[in-house]
Amino acid sequence: MELIVQGIIKAFELIISFDPEVLGITWLSLKISGTATLISLFIGVSIGTAVALTNFYGKRLVISLINTGMGLPPVVVGLFVTILVWRNGPLGFLEILYTPSAMIIAQAIIATPIVMGISLAAIQNLSPNLRLQILSLGASRLQMVWVLIKEARLPLLAAVMAGFGGVISEVGASIMVGGNIKGYSRVLTTATVMETGKGNFDVAIALGIILLLLAFLVNLILTQIQQRQNPR
Amino acid sequence: MNSETLMKIENIILQRGGATVLDIPEFQVPRGRILALIGPNGAGKSTLLLMLAGLLKPQQGKMYFQGQLVESRADLAILRHNAAVVFQEPLLLNNSVFENVALGLKFRRLKHEEIRTKVQSALDYFGISQLAKRSAKTLSGGEAKRVSLARAFAIKPQIILLDEAFNSLDPPSRETIIDDLKQILEETKITAVLALHDREETLRLAQDVSVMNDGKIVQSGTTAEIFNQPDSEFVANFVGTESILEGTVNSSSDGHMVIAVNGKQIEAVGDCSIGQKVYCCLRPENVTVSNYTQGKISARNIFEAKVSKIIHQGFFYKLTLDCGFPLVAYITIPSYEDLGIAKGGMVIASFKATAVHVIGRKK
Repeated sequence: MELIVQGIIKAFELIISFDPEVLGITWLSLKISGTATLISLFIGVSIGTAVALTNFYGKRLVISLINTGMGLPPVVVGLFVTILVWRNGPLGFLEILYTPSAMIIAQAIIATPIVMGISLAAIQNLSPNLRLQILSLGASRLQMVWVLIKEARLPLLAAVMAGFGGVISEVGASIMVGGNIKGYSRVLTTATVMETGKGNFDVAIALGIILLLLAFLVNLILTQIQQRQNPR
Repeated sequence: MNSETLMKIENIILQRGGATVLDIPEFQVPRGRILALIGPNGAGKSTLLLMLAGLLKPQQGKMYFQGQLVESRADLAILRHNAAVVFQEPLLLNNSVFENVALGLKFRRLKHEEIRTKVQSALDYFGISQLAKRSAKTLSGGEAKRVSLARAFAIKPQIILLDEAFNSLDPPSRETIIDDLKQILEETKITAVLALHDREETLRLAQDVSVMNDGKIVQSGTTAEIFNQPDSEFVANFVGTESILEGTVNSSSDGHMVIAVNGKQIEAVGDCSIGQKVYCCLRPENVTVSNYTQGKISARNIFEAKVSKIIHQGFFYKLTLDCGFPLVAYITIPSYEDLGIAKGGMVIASFKATAVHVIGRKK
């Protein structure tokens, strides 16, 4: 019990004193996970919308695959990205193993199916006649898709939150492809794992609290956007 | 094809999931008129509407819009730009009423000012300018329907296609929306095709009617033609057996009206204004047939009639009478025998003023 109290005290010390190392780790976490979420947003929303709006043979199989991807284990992603960018691997020439770039790639792979699956469901959930209604008002195909995406903005923002939540809290892939290098590829989750291993529970608790705070703040902002009052 | 025809389709076969849902050798939409498509559920009314709007492609056949064959993607785009569909559900976006009505205009990339004026006039037409800033999701069913109609009219289409547009509305708002729509269609002269399944709505709104069944158009004609001269048992059953008489109100006071029908005067109950064009609807069971005048009776409408057709229908006879206007009457088998009714013979037909159901119609 004392351990936890000490940890919380330590956490506040670290936060209030703007510890440069902690600040750096936090900023890097935000940067890597934010970039990965943004990438997953573009790929996930466009492919999710395309799958929702087209009919093709094997569509159900594709949807099942995307939905399975929503639970993709980060360690498996980490493993495959590691193999890909390994010195002798197919993408080895990029020389990005143990860099933030590799972490962004791994996290984007984790977040994309989450965003895709939720976008797909969101667009499919709109009334099928809505598409015809929009087209009948003279919309081009592109204008129609854009109106549908805007109409599904609430669940799409939920998709962003789910995607970001998935990667900011992920540790397996980050450690495998990032290597937890101090001041370079160390993020909140990998640092927490390391400090716990070393027995520095107070620092680990502090990092954990910061991680929770960060996730909370980002979701708070997104929720503000999502729930913004519509005109009366 | 003459200039009076806005759209024409030929030899259309449209299949969905292997089944033929439309099979129409020929069909025309006259310009500037209101045409109702009526028929049971699954007859293909909605499918035909979507095809006319350029939203569904038939497997076979030709479609002409304003005399031009609709063939290429560009032709289809022209058709879509000139047609507007109003669905059964309002299908409004989660946005303000103004933004919803502006949608079609924004797709056309009009200038901001132009959009504003056009939206305003569309809102005014449907009496909803006070709703402009409201969120579309907070509207009542009737209000939402008005917004979706205003959105379709805002783009000033050549043709407007309404799919069962009044179905989900409560009776009072349904009444006022039908009246307003009728007036707006008259003023704007926009061609309208309406999928309907309510007889009274059809009589009130439509000038022409096409009856659909099983993907086919089984009969087309003016509203009075379809209701009075159904050419098949199916159409007769669907439109009902009422006599529908076109007339003009000659006098109207204290809820008592005299309506001129083919030079005869019919008395009826109601308060339509003098000069108004109306339909007088009469159910065959409300028409009494006799072979002599029975002195004073309470029926206000007594006419000499010639029996022009007799059909035996199980327990009764269906008589088509010619009193200067066509009238259908049911009589039982004993009455038929007592009165000695014969084709070409003269009888007296009478009905009460209260039995006449009066419906206002388009000019």
